[in-house]
Parts: sequence; C-alpha cells; structure tokens
Amino acid sequence: MAIAGTLLMAAAPAHADDAVYRAFGGADGIQRVVNDFVADVHADPRTRPYFAKASDKRLRIMLAKQFCSVTGGPCVYDGSSMKAVHSNLKIDRAAFNAVVEVLQGAMEKHGVPFRAQNQLLAKLAPMYRDIETR
Amino acid sequence: MTLSPAPFLFLRAFLAAALLGQSFLAMSAESPVGGKLLLTGGVSQIEGAAGGGLTPWAVIGGYGTREQFGVNVHTTFVRTQDYSLGAYGVTVGLADRVELSLSRQRFDTRDAGTTLGLGRGYAFDQNIAGAKLRVLGDAVLDADTWVPQVAIGAQYKHNEQGAILDAIGARGDSGVDYYVSATKLLLAQSILLNGTVRMTRANQFGLLGFGGDLNNRHQLQLEGSAAYLLSRQVAVGVEYRQKPNNLGFAREQNAYDAFIAWAPSKHVSLTLAWLSLGDIATIKNQSGVYLSAQAGF
Repeated sequence: MAIAGTLLMAAAPAHADDAVYRAFGGADGIQRVVNDFVADVHADPRTRPYFAKASDKRLRIMLAKQFCSVTGGPCVYDGSSMKAVHSNLKIDRAAFNAVVEVLQGAMEKHGVPFRAQNQLLAKLAPMYRDIETR
Repeated sequence: MTLSPAPFLFLRAFLAAALLGQSFLAMSAESPVGGKLLLTGGVSQIEGAAGGGLTPWAVIGGYGTREQFGVNVHTTFVRTQDYSLGAYGVTVGLADRVELSLSRQRFDTRDAGTTLGLGRGYAFDQNIAGAKLRVLGDAVLDADTWVPQVAIGAQYKHNEQGAILDAIGARGDSGVDYYVSATKLLLAQSILLNGTVRMTRANQFGLLGFGGDLNNRHQLQLEGSAAYLLSRQVAVGVEYRQKPNNLGFAREQNAYDAFIAWAPSKHVSLTLAWLSLGDIATIKNQSGVYLSAQAGF
C-alpha cells in the first residue's frame, strides 16, 4: 500500500505551493472565474473592442490553463506568448487596467479571498510589458 | 492694501496646468474618471500632494493614465487638544507622469492664541504650490521586481502672517521643500510601502515660518508610510515624519499617524486618522483626529 501511494505521488507534477490555486477553488473555481471574466469583458464597453475578434471558447480554455499554472496548480500553459497574442490590439494602460478591473469583479463575484486575488494579479501584472503596445 | 503677487502666480500656474490638462483630455479615450486602479493614486497628504496623510508618495495623483489626466479636489481637517487645521486644494495628474497641486491651509491657534500673546483664535494662512515628477518605475504593475516607483517633488510654501512670524523668530515667511519618494505595492502581500527623503527648513510644516535661531538651513528629514490593503476599497496604515527644530522657543517632535482610507468609488475617498504631532508652539503633546475627503473627476 505504501509503495503504491508513493508511485501515485510521483506521477502527479510536484508543486511546492498550490495554496493560491486551492484558494481559487482549484480547477472548477478557476474555470468559473474565467467563464465570468470572458462574458464580462464583452459586456464592459471599455474592454469590449479588444475582445471582439477573440474566440471565446479558446479564451476560456487558455486563460484557465494560464491561471491554473501561475497559481501553482497542476497545469502547463502551452499557448502563444503574451506578446504574440496581443500584438495588433494597440492596448494602452487604461485598457490594461480596465481588464484588471473586470477580472477583479469576476473574482469578487466568486468569493475569491482578496489576498489570493492579489497573488494572482501579482503574477499577471508584469505581463503589461508584453501586452501594452501604446 | 496691495495684493501680493504670489496668489496670482499660483492662479496662472494652475490655469496653465488646467489648459494643458484639457488638451490631454481631448486626446484621451472617453473614459470619465480614468484608468488607474482604485486607491493607487493615494489620497491627498497635508500639503496637497498625492500620498498618505502626512507624506507624499511617488504615485501621481488622480486616476488618469498615460494618455489621460485626472483632477482631484480635497479638503482636510485636523483637530488636536489646543489647535486646529483646515486645508483644501486641487491636484492635477498629467499622463501619470507629472503632478501639480495647489493647497491652502489655515492653522487656528484657538485658546492657545491667547497664551501665545497672539489673541484668541489667531490664525496662520499658508499657500502651497506643489510639483512632482515620476522618474521611474511602476508601483503597482512591476510586481516581479523590487524596483519601486520613484518621484521627485518640490513644495513652495508661503505663510501670509509674515509680521508675526518675524516676531516669533522665524527667519522667513516662505520656503521650498524638496523631496524624493520611493513607493512600492507588494501586491502578493497586499502591502504598500513608501519612503520619502525631504530637504526642508519649515517650522511645523511652514505654519510657524521658515528657519529660526537654532538653524536656518535646509535639513534632511525622513518620512515613511506602510499600508495594508484590506480590500479593494479599504486600506489601513501608519506613517512617520521627522520635523526639524529651527525655533528655540518652539521645539518640535516627529509626527506619527495611524489611518484608514476608504474609496467607495474612483470619485470619492475618505481618510480618517489618529495623529500625533508632539509639541506645537510650547504647548505639549498635541494629538488628535485627522479627517480628509477627496473627490476625483
């Protein structure tokens, strides 16, 4: 029994700290936040133009993978780079912050603890350098 | 009675800033109050710059981002056991790079005025024009580095009670404070830290003039703030500000406060603090309440 347990543990990717991932409610929790986020960026007039041409289905899958990965969950983000994805969108600071606000709203709606929200944002924030082109 | 030129200079500078700001507004997106995240413009500190309550931060006031401008108006009220202070002013942030502020303070000596031989309720009026320039960094978004947001600033202060200031031994009724601030939001810990280094010769922030018998030169003073974000809308924190001792008869101590700031929206923020100012003009251990409101548009 002990040997089987050890083999199972060896099979799963080792993540030293998945506390933030768990605070989000794991895979299900992250997907719920992401699904609301994708709906909300279309609803908000500040962010709508930037997402007009995006494939929502792909967005929901890739964002969930990315959030899972940066929060210490058992995922690997295998999508395109932030630079490549955002290169033609002419995103400025105001647009970037508007997206952050929409994400904050989605996390708030699902009761993600404020500290965990900030821990996700701390991983995403530096991406402004590759995402903003204006 | 002739009008002193200083208010007109302030007014012209302010109008120039407002006109410049108008052209930025015409160029920017339609966003009404601007693209910065809540509370990341700080509140208005006692001299009118964006920051905490006592000390200026490296953040640029207002919610305008790089392509925008933001305007805040603020009013502040302080009451200790023996003194009161009222202040109001306006702060303009341009392109998240430059901040200009105009502020007017009234320092009411209340009953202490009698003790000081000035008369009950004698008041000192001070005008402050401030400018701040963000030099490098992004306090909020550079979450993967220790590099803070850094700004340099200056505050020109003019106290209107020149004759009385002369009588109490101050060497001047106006002066300029120069400062450098470094501000960092440790996003993963929900903690904001600020350190400020200021060169000043102001007595009680300038309310008792500039320079004195003990010292008449600019001296280095240290200031700091630490705040914890409880939620998107609420922050609590503490501040510390050193003050020089230029007047022999009116020794000063360092100032401290503990504050709570609440921003229900980008249009309004309220700050409440308990403030300790030490001795003021010979009357000991002044401490009390600080209340400030800021409105943005």
